[in-house]
Amino acid sequence: MSDKPFIEIDHVTFGYDSRRTILNDLSLTFARGKVTAVLGGSGCGKTTLLRLIGGVHAANSGRVVFDGEVVDVHDKSQLYRLRRRLGMLFQFGALFTDLNVFDNVAFPLREMTDLPEALVRDIVLMKLNAVGLRGAAHLKISEVSGGMARRVALARAIALDPELIMYDEPFAGLDLVSMGVAAKLIRTLTDVTGATTLLISHDVPQCMAISDWVVLMATGGRVVAQGTPAELMASTEPEVRQFVRGEPDGPVKFHYPARPVAQDFGLEAAP
Amino acid sequence: MNFLQMLGRRALDVLASWGRGALFFIDLLRAVPAALARPGLVIAQVHAIGNRSLVIILASGMAVGFVLALQLYNTLTTFGAAESLGLVVNLSLVRELGPVVTALLFAGRAGTSLTAEIGLMKAGEQISAMELMAIDPKARVLAPRFLGGIISMPLLAALFSAIGILGAYVVAVLLIGIDAGNFWSIQQNGVDVWRDVGNGVVKSAVFGVICTAVALYQGYETEATPEGVAYATTRTVVTASLGVLAMDFILTALMFSTP
Repeated sequence: MSDKPFIEIDHVTFGYDSRRTILNDLSLTFARGKVTAVLGGSGCGKTTLLRLIGGVHAANSGRVVFDGEVVDVHDKSQLYRLRRRLGMLFQFGALFTDLNVFDNVAFPLREMTDLPEALVRDIVLMKLNAVGLRGAAHLKISEVSGGMARRVALARAIALDPELIMYDEPFAGLDLVSMGVAAKLIRTLTDVTGATTLLISHDVPQCMAISDWVVLMATGGRVVAQGTPAELMASTEPEVRQFVRGEPDGPVKFHYPARPVAQDFGLEAAP
Repeated sequence: MNFLQMLGRRALDVLASWGRGALFFIDLLRAVPAALARPGLVIAQVHAIGNRSLVIILASGMAVGFVLALQLYNTLTTFGAAESLGLVVNLSLVRELGPVVTALLFAGRAGTSLTAEIGLMKAGEQISAMELMAIDPKARVLAPRFLGGIISMPLLAALFSAIGILGAYVVAVLLIGIDAGNFWSIQQNGVDVWRDVGNGVVKSAVFGVICTAVALYQGYETEATPEGVAYATTRTVVTASLGVLAMDFILTALMFSTP
């Protein structure tokens, strides 16, 4: 197995419009066959990072390197070739609501391969079995809970055994049991398939438990710190300590910049 | 100066939106061969778009046939031409009312449904999911619906006209008492298959392109929020209806203005 990183983010700057830059000169690497978690508060550009890797958006400057190839969003054939090697779990599943659980997982197999239907059936049931939902294959998407939908989406993301699996907030909105099951699944899948795993979340305990490497991001796509989970947990850096311990205030302010409270509520003393 | 700037910005916005629409339409046409290679997807859409519009199309066609017969009988009797009722009803429906009213109803029934479906797929990230699976959503989702709309529209328009003529028959022959033989024979002699029926079919196919392309564009370009989808469905009805009426004038001038 090559020592070169599977994904390389090289001095990437990106904004959805010219007024607001989401990622500013970000450089990161994601090691092959490892679970890397990118932690950070809402709006710091984590999901944008995944979209850049998937070639959904083009960086304003800098480059995204996918297993040695620079991603060029204008080269559709290259983009589709690279995308065939990745699976992505969306925050809310992004399941096809007109298809049932089985057909959702079968969708990439039917669209991207010429496998006979009997083999598709076996693969789908194996994937559903891996996420504990073989018995739910016949259910409509409207009949499954949020946690189950996330697991169906996970089964769909791994249907083609991708080399890179990207998870966007896989723990958001899950109860504790489902969260533990999801975390264990992510770790197991990486160990069994050898896929490179990129995990975007703000759930510190789960990410620390299953990741090989953790990147802590702040607003503007600034990398605050990175290291093994143990290194980050032991860090004395105030910004890292605030995030991993979930403290409401510290170097990162809880409140969005605003006028003083007294001024907004008319409580200032008369001159 | 401010007014001029505002005017200029507005004009540029309109031009940019036309440009986006044109590029979308070209992309849609490029995706058509991929959809043709999978007829199952197109047939499913003909069922979804066409079959589910049948009730409103047939009910409206029947009502229009009833009213046409009543109105025309009163007017034609004044000129002693009541026996030509069947022909006038037939030509009105086949040349104009069938294609146009069907297209307007289609924009309201199937067009809004297509816009909402695509818009909600976008809001639910289903379109993004497909793109990241290396599946082109234009080829997999949009092009089959586009073809389904183009195929459905002439069929629906033909049914509209047929049921309208039957409605006129009920009123004119069964209720008013016009001679049935005369009602049918004058149509047989006066209606040309290619010039009248054929041009009506061509018209409705063009209207199918307009209504379906507008509906898909509005759904695909919608802001992924409930308000965005609501505005998009409204824009579909307004834009498609105006497009149909404008194109109807142009096509009528081209098809029927020659002596």
